[in-house]
Amino acid sequence: MLSQHLLVLQVVVPLLSAPLCALLPLASPGKYFSNKLAWLIATVASLISFVISILLAIEVSKHGYISYELGGWTPPWGIEYRIDHLSAYVLLIVSGIASITMLAAQKSIEKEIAHEKISLFYSAFLLCLTGLLGIVATGDAFNIFVFLEISSLSSYVLIALGNNRKALTASYQYLIMGTIGATFILIGVGLLYMLTGTLNLVDLQQKIPELLDSRALHAAFAFFTVGISLKLALLPLHLWLPNAYAYAPSMITVFLSATATKVSLYVLFRFFFGLFSNEVTFGEFHLDKILLPLSILAILIASAVAIFQDNIKRMFAYSSVAQIGYMTLGIGLATKSGSVAGMLHLFNHAIIKGGIFLAMACIVIRTNSVQLSNFAGLGKRMPWTMAALLLLGLGLIGVPFTAGFISKWYLLIAALDQRSWLAAAVIVGGSLLAIIYVWKVIEYAYLKTSSKTIDSDTASTKEAPLQMLIPLWLLVAASIYFGFETSFSFGFANTAINALFK
Amino acid sequence: MQSLLQHFELSVAIPLLAVLLILLFRNQPSLREASSLSIALVLFIFTTQFIGSEQLGVTHTLFSITPGLSLAFHIEPLGLMFALLASGLWIVTTIYSIGYMRGNKEKNQTRFYLFFALSIAATMGIAFAANLVTLFVFYEALTLCTFPLVTHKQNADAKTGGRIYLGILLGTSILFFLTAIVVTWLQAGSLDFIPGGIFDGKIGKTGAVILFTLFMFGIGKAALMPFHRWLPAAMVAPTPVSALLHAVAVVKAGVFSVLKISVYIFGIDVLADQNAAQWILWIAIATMLVASIIALSKDNFKARLAYSTVSQLSYIVIGAALANPIAALGGAMHIVTHAFGKITLFFCAGAVYTATKRTQISQLNGLGKQMPFTFSAYLIAAISIIGLPPLVGSWSKWFLIDGSLNVDNYIVLLAFVLSTLLNCAYLLPIALRAFFKAPDNEEAGQNIKIQEAPLACVIPLCFTALATFLMFFYIQPIYDFLAPAFLP
Repeated sequence: MLSQHLLVLQVVVPLLSAPLCALLPLASPGKYFSNKLAWLIATVASLISFVISILLAIEVSKHGYISYELGGWTPPWGIEYRIDHLSAYVLLIVSGIASITMLAAQKSIEKEIAHEKISLFYSAFLLCLTGLLGIVATGDAFNIFVFLEISSLSSYVLIALGNNRKALTASYQYLIMGTIGATFILIGVGLLYMLTGTLNLVDLQQKIPELLDSRALHAAFAFFTVGISLKLALLPLHLWLPNAYAYAPSMITVFLSATATKVSLYVLFRFFFGLFSNEVTFGEFHLDKILLPLSILAILIASAVAIFQDNIKRMFAYSSVAQIGYMTLGIGLATKSGSVAGMLHLFNHAIIKGGIFLAMACIVIRTNSVQLSNFAGLGKRMPWTMAALLLLGLGLIGVPFTAGFISKWYLLIAALDQRSWLAAAVIVGGSLLAIIYVWKVIEYAYLKTSSKTIDSDTASTKEAPLQMLIPLWLLVAASIYFGFETSFSFGFANTAINALFK
Repeated sequence: MQSLLQHFELSVAIPLLAVLLILLFRNQPSLREASSLSIALVLFIFTTQFIGSEQLGVTHTLFSITPGLSLAFHIEPLGLMFALLASGLWIVTTIYSIGYMRGNKEKNQTRFYLFFALSIAATMGIAFAANLVTLFVFYEALTLCTFPLVTHKQNADAKTGGRIYLGILLGTSILFFLTAIVVTWLQAGSLDFIPGGIFDGKIGKTGAVILFTLFMFGIGKAALMPFHRWLPAAMVAPTPVSALLHAVAVVKAGVFSVLKISVYIFGIDVLADQNAAQWILWIAIATMLVASIIALSKDNFKARLAYSTVSQLSYIVIGAALANPIAALGGAMHIVTHAFGKITLFFCAGAVYTATKRTQISQLNGLGKQMPFTFSAYLIAAISIIGLPPLVGSWSKWFLIDGSLNVDNYIVLLAFVLSTLLNCAYLLPIALRAFFKAPDNEEAGQNIKIQEAPLACVIPLCFTALATFLMFFYIQPIYDFLAPAFLP
């Protein structure tokens, strides 16, 4: 039965589509045609994985978890793919954003990527998607590392394809820091394997409590913390992120901003609450003592730095660092409700930030630049794009009736429930800083009557193509929908964390 | 029809209908304004249907997002009064806007009418909100909908003004208001507005002081110092917008929320028992006096009126903070009386600008002969705000003073007296200047013809001035109407 293999197909479909895209230029003579076909393959593969993840989410909500034995080898000896509520939730986000990105991508990619590289680009994108989905789907610690490397290596390539020369340094920076992070995670996995002789996550979970006195276990925990924090871009290990997001091709920023750091956060949840239990993580290793202060600093510093950016893509990249701070702040509260709020913000922020960077892509395709000065008068010339940016910006601030408000609400409740007044003040204070940087753009777009309209190039700016506007407004609609209807976004996160926490 | 009349929440939807019509007729100014006006009338008539209806006290929940987060509307005397006030003054302001916007040939008039209607919709949401979350949602919506109105002129001044406006209002609401709501939720387990309050002994003395202070500063629209700067900053807007801010919607939404939270979240008795409002009381007294003194120093007509509003709003906050039913009732009445007085004053300032393009008080010498109707209306409204009979402003002051005597707070009494004197000092000279000083320009002084602003400007301001006079004699119905909310 096909349905039994859904879980593995989730990863295999994009994995097999990737070489297909890469081989296309050899097979078909007409370049234009092969580029279009590559786009079609990538889109269809993303959509298929989205459909699969929906089916999986339905299955999971019925049965609790699904397990798949790769090659018929029973775990813990063979590799197991295993998804529960947590994985199903993240799979939905990753494959959903991938689909939206691909639906919108075609025109933007044709403009930004050299024609002979386009089909290779799609191939790299599919590999990156494979890696991200694989991390979430697998139930094997070493497998997580393998998929992490697949996704990282392909995202270095994707970022380097940006048409600004700075993209190369940005990618290099990410390569160095990402590799250190992955290596640390690998060392952690190695230590665990040395101690327990197993790599299966469920098996590890049962064996770890006996080893709490072991120094090696402590070392493994430390390596995990640093490694994951690097991939997560938790301040002060965030340095790779702003440049990588700012100079990557527009559509790649959309995809990575909404998925890459989110999957790293998934790894954090999986390792620290799945492998080590929350009692160990907070009670023995006091992760919250590191996470909370760093998250507070991340929110305040990154938001403040964002205010002073003139490159708007870079500005929103810094905003991402701050928003990641919100998620880790939720976890750092060391309560169940805090982690649920962090998880919920992961979901809501993926939608909002994906949408914001998609609006950036719309602006780049028409005006070639995301410098602030370029936004003057855009409210009139690209009304639909700017209206979408305004609504998503309000979501980022956390105005009622947007998804952002729901996550802020739960974060605040979690913080005040712990009597953590500092955390509460930072949550609302961060929103104030968000108002400043979001409104800087809005004010420029709507109130600055562009003085350089004489410049024929900018004056003739048209609205972005429909093919990009529709996915953009889908995300806007989602960000508002999840501001009203939280039974899925909150309910699923709640079940996931409840299953994870003791 | 009968079933429609049960749904008071439709009053949020009716102004949205105006939005659609305005969009539809965006290229036909007359139709656009006619539809704006007729929907305003419809809204007012619709809200009047609920006076004395059996719907009082009924709650309609639209939907519930999660426990605590639900959108629900209810109808109670205070809210209905606010809705009537806002919808009634919307009619007057629309007529005035037609005269003002055409007279001054303002640009982007469609956008102006559109966001005006949206602001009214948000105001209706505030008036009928059945819980703190609903109130907060529409409170924020009102801030955002009025932003394009404040920055209407789109020049550098408008931008700075807009920044201060949005920064302070959104800032205080997110920083303090939202925090206070979440604390309330955690302490009381409910966010509904219930007569007598929801805490039921679940909050300590210190907690109550902190929470009440958070609420009062969180409601930046009530313009307590030091968060009052947005109100003078918003003076860059066209005058009908100032009327909307000062009389119809924005600041009134602020003090309405203050009263609503005092009465329905804390409960007057709880406030009194726990002495929760003492700090706010001092801050409000200080705001009242300091703002009056600043008003004295302003030569810009609208800026002086703006500081006068800051001062008058504190009357209402004091009414709530005295934690006495009569004082709170006086505060609620002051929402109405101040609205009629202040809208007249702003209409006058706008009429002067439309007719003569003058904005400074020192330029008004002798203008009374040229614009007799405008300045007569000004004088009447000013006296009402000062609080002298036979104008309606005297009643709300009466009840406020009565309330302060009830709790034996003579400092508040003294402050009211002082403030009244200051009111005289900054409001009356304007009228005196206009009527009795000789015009600056001698030649023009020889041969003065009556040259008022367009009729559409003059009629509304005469009407509201007349209302301050007529309402003096009909205070009993207003009292009877409001009393159930405050007096058990």
